[in-house]
Amino acid sequence: MRAALLLVALALAFAASILLPFGLLGSLDPDILWSLIVELRLPRALLALAYGATLGASGAAVQALFANPLASPDLTGTTSGAALGAVVTAYLFGFAAPVALSIGSVVGALGALALLLALAGPKAETATLLLSGLAISALAGALTTLALALAPSPFAFYDAYDWLMGSLIDRSLEQAAFAGLPAVLAIALLLRLGPALDRLSLGEEVAQSLGHDVTRLRLWVICLTALGVGACVAICGAIGFVGLVAPIFARRLTRGHPGRAILPAALVGALLLLVADLAVRLAPLGRTLPIGVVTALIGAPFFLWLVAHMRWRLAS
Amino acid sequence: MMLEASNLSLPGRLFDASIRIAEGELVCLVGPNGSGKTSLLHALAGIAGPSGEMRLDGIDPRTLGPARRPGFLTYLPATRDIAWPLVARDLIALGGGDASFAALELDRLLDRRVDTLSTGERSRVLIARALAPRPKLLLLDEPTANLDPLWQIRLMELVRAEIGRGGRAALIAIHDLDAASRYADRIIVMREGRIAAEGLDGPQVADIFGIERDGAEWRAVRAPADPRSSP
Repeated sequence: MRAALLLVALALAFAASILLPFGLLGSLDPDILWSLIVELRLPRALLALAYGATLGASGAAVQALFANPLASPDLTGTTSGAALGAVVTAYLFGFAAPVALSIGSVVGALGALALLLALAGPKAETATLLLSGLAISALAGALTTLALALAPSPFAFYDAYDWLMGSLIDRSLEQAAFAGLPAVLAIALLLRLGPALDRLSLGEEVAQSLGHDVTRLRLWVICLTALGVGACVAICGAIGFVGLVAPIFARRLTRGHPGRAILPAALVGALLLLVADLAVRLAPLGRTLPIGVVTALIGAPFFLWLVAHMRWRLAS
Repeated sequence: MMLEASNLSLPGRLFDASIRIAEGELVCLVGPNGSGKTSLLHALAGIAGPSGEMRLDGIDPRTLGPARRPGFLTYLPATRDIAWPLVARDLIALGGGDASFAALELDRLLDRRVDTLSTGERSRVLIARALAPRPKLLLLDEPTANLDPLWQIRLMELVRAEIGRGGRAALIAIHDLDAASRYADRIIVMREGRIAAEGLDGPQVADIFGIERDGAEWRAVRAPADPRSSP
């Protein structure tokens, strides 16, 4: 029932993302209307769908892997690592083609995840996980700024600003495909890991005794998360908090199963990002807000609530 | 012969053991802290990359995937922590068994989240997770820890009854030497990562544990070793 509601809400949000604001559409010549939808709104809606779903699915998988509901691609430095990879590729190496950006981004995300695993260990305590993630994010952020400062182009900072804050605007269908196809592949393969991740919730040793290769499972989750998140960051920049929030809602649909939550988390993540993008579009501000700002404005207070809630639960 | 394992070892751990367990046997594994009881259970359960030969009814369980493994062997770790607030019924099902496993009187607990259960209740749910697939070989690490005295007795009797169904055996790491004596067909004593003795009657038991039997009780025969005073 709740799953059906989720699908309906997702379909509505996707339709709204294509059609809203509506006022303009009626007055247009059909040819212009068609190109407006195909060249502007469809890529934007598809990117919101793919990026949100990737963040949700990756968040769910990473949370299951670290056995910690506070693990997510942004809090653990994966998105920052991906952003660093893309910035270095674009501004220091001078490769601006989408495929080069994607590769740089995925490599950056992989590096950040490998560093996290080395620092926090496979089954991370919340404090270790968040501190390691903080350190990786700070390092990647500083290196990103350094890369932009060293870039030959004097406009590097200005160019990169909107992208770094996360943006779905003015992307082509081709760019949407460069983010979306790896994202769909990553999500599809993450879904196959769901049963193993569920059994991992019995403990790493029990999962091994049940015949799961936990080392290989860990490697798969990290590579697929890096692939999906990296490809999306390369096109749309870093968008925070969706990967944290979506799995937490999704697990309410799966009676707490962390692995089974990957699919609903992808749906919730897509819905959240579509709605955040609608908020960006419909907000009467005159200027377009970066979507990363909107997700952070909603997500950060939620994160604070979560931390306080967990502390109380641990204390009681 | 049901289980036959030789020259088992684990990377990075001081551990080397060979063991045979016959059908219908309930074997207790005793030894001081750090003597390798858990390592032996890990090696047999295929945890932490064990090397060595192992056959359970002619099959190396390490070659079995997640679908068939729980029917061959299950492992209960000493920890009772569960990271996610799963419902007890779901947790048992994740282990590959049927949640209607009735022997541990779980009816009242099955639909509760494991994080809302007491430690003893959670132990019973986790034990049910290991028992419910009805494996050929049960590997249990301190199964009676956290259980009240009645449940300690009932659990050991339940394991005995499960083994009595034929084609099964159990290896149980336990610190309670009296319980081991009472329930085990055979007692294996471990020391420094190796199997040091069988049974609790040999002269070396006092040497291994630093305790000896005094009538109905155990008493210390030497002060606990102080690592700083050793040469």
